[in-house]
Amino acid sequence: MPRGNADIIRLNGAEKHFGAVRALAGVDFHVGPGECVGLVGHNGAGKSTLMHMVAGTLTPDSGQIGVHGDTEDNYSVSRAQQLGIRCVFQELSLCPNLSVAENTRINHASLRGFGWRRKASDLIAAKLDEIFPGHSISASDIVADLSIGRRQMVEVARAFTVTQDRLDLVILDEPTSSLDAHTAGQLLAFVRRFVAGGKSCILISHVLGEVLRNADRIVVMRDGKVVVAAAASAFDRDRLVTAMGGAEARQKIAAEIAAAKPGASPLRVRARPAAQKDGTDLVACAGEIIGLAGLAGHGQTDLLLAIFAAASRAKAGIEVTAPVALVAGDRQSDGIFPQWSIAENIGIRSLARLRNGLLISPQREAELAAFWQKKIGIRTPDMNNNIFSLSGGNQQKALFARALGSDAGIVLMDDPMRGVDIGTKLEVYDLVREEAARGRTFLWYTTETEELDNCDHIYVFKNGRIVANLRRDELTEEKIIQSSFGDAA
Amino acid sequence: MRPEMTAASLDAAARTSAERGALARARLLRGLLPALSLALVLLAIAWLNPRAISYFGFSLMLNLAIPIALATIAQMFVIAGNELDLSIGTFVGFVGCVTATWLKDAPLIGAAILLGSIGVYALLGALIHLRNLPSIVVTLGMSFVWQGLAILVLPKPGGKAPDWLLGLMAFKPPFVPFPIIAALLIGLIVHFGLMRTSYGVILRGSGGNPAALGRAGWSLLKTKIVLFALAGLFGVLSGMALIGITTSADANIGNGYTLLAIAGVILGGGEFVGGRVSPIGAVIGALTLALAASPLLTFMHIPPDWQVAANGAILIIVLAARVLISRKER
Repeated sequence: MPRGNADIIRLNGAEKHFGAVRALAGVDFHVGPGECVGLVGHNGAGKSTLMHMVAGTLTPDSGQIGVHGDTEDNYSVSRAQQLGIRCVFQELSLCPNLSVAENTRINHASLRGFGWRRKASDLIAAKLDEIFPGHSISASDIVADLSIGRRQMVEVARAFTVTQDRLDLVILDEPTSSLDAHTAGQLLAFVRRFVAGGKSCILISHVLGEVLRNADRIVVMRDGKVVVAAAASAFDRDRLVTAMGGAEARQKIAAEIAAAKPGASPLRVRARPAAQKDGTDLVACAGEIIGLAGLAGHGQTDLLLAIFAAASRAKAGIEVTAPVALVAGDRQSDGIFPQWSIAENIGIRSLARLRNGLLISPQREAELAAFWQKKIGIRTPDMNNNIFSLSGGNQQKALFARALGSDAGIVLMDDPMRGVDIGTKLEVYDLVREEAARGRTFLWYTTETEELDNCDHIYVFKNGRIVANLRRDELTEEKIIQSSFGDAA
Repeated sequence: MRPEMTAASLDAAARTSAERGALARARLLRGLLPALSLALVLLAIAWLNPRAISYFGFSLMLNLAIPIALATIAQMFVIAGNELDLSIGTFVGFVGCVTATWLKDAPLIGAAILLGSIGVYALLGALIHLRNLPSIVVTLGMSFVWQGLAILVLPKPGGKAPDWLLGLMAFKPPFVPFPIIAALLIGLIVHFGLMRTSYGVILRGSGGNPAALGRAGWSLLKTKIVLFALAGLFGVLSGMALIGITTSADANIGNGYTLLAIAGVILGGGEFVGGRVSPIGAVIGALTLALAASPLLTFMHIPPDWQVAANGAILIIVLAARVLISRKER
């Protein structure tokens, strides 16, 4: 095979088992030079496992890996880096205690000796300027001080920096999940330029539009197998969803919401953002789903946290009339107890009900967990396994189960669906609407405009203030973008 | 390519510079806290007993600060890797006993024993990483091993420090007392090694996000071994410095150092997890503890029976101030 147009990477019959769970069942996968491959599938379909193999962090139980036309027998992370293959993992892999420049150094063994810090700073700053013009990140910033969106920008830019090793293929696993529309656009435009320059990308995203618009070829995975692989032009949204085995289409949602019009119901939350100067309040009644929209980081999370705090201690300007539960957005740092089992992670919000005398009853805890495992479809052989044995989407489901299994009448959701596959999303949307119909109130901050379709009422935020207040039938993407970018009154 | 400056990105830029200013101020305040607490203790001493603020006074008050600072640095290396060393105190005692006996009588064998003990530390690091053992358990066990070995080497208090060591620790430089120069040197050298060099970044990163480091192709086994070996090295230096000052040894001489070292690291701005440590802060923390431990309390006429409790109270106050400032940071 001539080396010039050899595949960058080719996996033949890759298999992987984790205990009793079969993550990959004989997958053939390849990426050629100068192409952007879109990879889609449910959580647990095996995408991450496959990508870990491409990046060298996991070795297949059986099957072959070939890079640039040569078979690799001892493939590893450092070998992958030498061969020009990098990966931006879904869980952020920056060291929060180090600066942006120091984090860059970690990925480049050659950045050492006198003046390494200067070189690392210049390298990452130049790449950030190239991908995200106007990014306002300094190389000396400590990563812990950056917002989750900026961390993701650093992580992406770092993957594209080049020192001595070649760079042929970058795997982007949910690269836009924490970015707002503006920066996500910048990144995807850069990816197109990168691919046009003869390099390759693998793009994993649950925002199907992103994949359809930017990939040259799309590979669909289901249950550890590749089910379809074809040119992107052969797909449209519906075909893609069908291939993934995604549940019903979105139209159903709209119809259901239209059918269930809530009448007058008791007030649950009345809240005014701290920065609000006019008299606008956010109002939520029992059984309503309220959307909080706008660009990322414009005060939506702050208001949710203020409401959460107001539930236990009275606070001026915020009225809360029922117990509150919060589904965190950054599940690794704010949601999960890493040492605990799935069942314990679910039960923590409901300890009062699980108590038997002074102690927690393991039996009741297991019952609660089993109920929600069934109801929300958490895919695991045993709820007593550690929470990290679950895939990302299933971890998020466990956090939903924690909130929905509690006595909370009000559920606050801080953009909980980022990086979750479409199948899981549709299941959770159904559940949210079902619970709302029973009288629960949801306050839902989301960066994905499509999710707002599930809401009865939408408040658009800008600079910590509510700038628009839309009913669902008034909602269009243009209106949200207009209010997010327009001058605040 | 010139970016179009939209209203949104201008806004974002304005917002971030304000945010960043606030964060930088809080960080600076937190960074200065160890120095502030040291200044506060010094002011109190100066107020209670002005004559103590002199070349001779500092030499005397900071007499034991050098071994404490070295033990604190040793502990800091272990904490930088998200572990805790409960054996550093008895290890310092063991080193002290070896220094006062073998190192004086048979320097080659003595040196070999001390080097070997650093090797044992490195092996502990490897064991903790490979078997995924909690460092608290392993080092707690080791603390009894070191204690037992110290008693075997020196069953009764005694021995004598080697003359070159006595000479070194009795060094009297002009103008600035030796303990202050030594503390500065220790702080600056370790700061350069851990905070400025490119491998120092890897060592701190192993505490910040070990998984990310592994994915980038670094060996976590090696970082743990290096961190523990450095802890062993500074433990040895601490024990030798201690014997250079006290001139003779006792198997229990270092027992109090375990908690002093942990307190020094935390006082100096370090955190138990996350690879957040500061060598200069740790040295300042050790100096503060050395001063607050007995000179300050003696000048305050607090009876020795109450000094340990008073020492604890000072720790609680400083650490509480740190928590308050960190909370403001968010």
